[in-house]
Amino acid sequence: VARLLFFGRLREAIGTGALTEALPDHVRDTGTLRAWLGADYPALLDSSVRIAVNAELGPGDRAVADGDEIAFLPPMSGG
Amino acid sequence: MIRIQPDPFEPGAELAAFAGRMPGAGAIASFTGLVRAESDGAPVSGLDLEHYPGLTEKAVAAIGEEAQARFGLAGLLIVHRYGAMAPGEPIVFVAAASGHRRAAFEAVDYMMDRLKTEAPFWKREHGPDGARWIEARPADLEERVRWG
Repeated sequence: VARLLFFGRLREAIGTGALTEALPDHVRDTGTLRAWLGADYPALLDSSVRIAVNAELGPGDRAVADGDEIAFLPPMSGG
Repeated sequence: MIRIQPDPFEPGAELAAFAGRMPGAGAIASFTGLVRAESDGAPVSGLDLEHYPGLTEKAVAAIGEEAQARFGLAGLLIVHRYGAMAPGEPIVFVAAASGHRRAAFEAVDYMMDRLKTEAPFWKREHGPDGARWIEARPADLEERVRWG
């Protein structure tokens, strides 16, 4: 299973800050994960939402697998 | 040095301690960000600042390292709070020490522009109509772009 985290307004949109899900076989990277979860939670489809895999941000689609911590981050507002 | 903490801090004490660690610097600039008392004309009764433990520390440290290299700083300090805060309380304190003033001013400006848009914090303001999430303003993103 993968641990999914939701921050900021996404936590409210999803209704929880964390979910534990078994990833289906076709979900192998952040793009397919977003499309799969987005069917149930359309807020995740917004292009402003970034995805961190094991607390690492990166460009483009990155591999995901069971055991990963995958976080969905809305636009940030520090400072 | 980077600190991400729930506890309040005192900007004057932070600045004095930082200056004490930088005896050879010719210039120190600093910035303090406070919880505003008013937002879009409505009073603010409090602020919650959410963060992502594990990523937030790393992202803020990277901003500090890039500022250090880019401006050739003698040293820097970033203190950023998370959790519940009241209007008027400090949220963030940034200081930069360098040989001359220009690098110190610019490094503080640079670090704040990046913290506003790239540090994993999410602000929720409480006001008369309930709570609302605050995201970086278009002006914040434009200011970030200045640095390339």
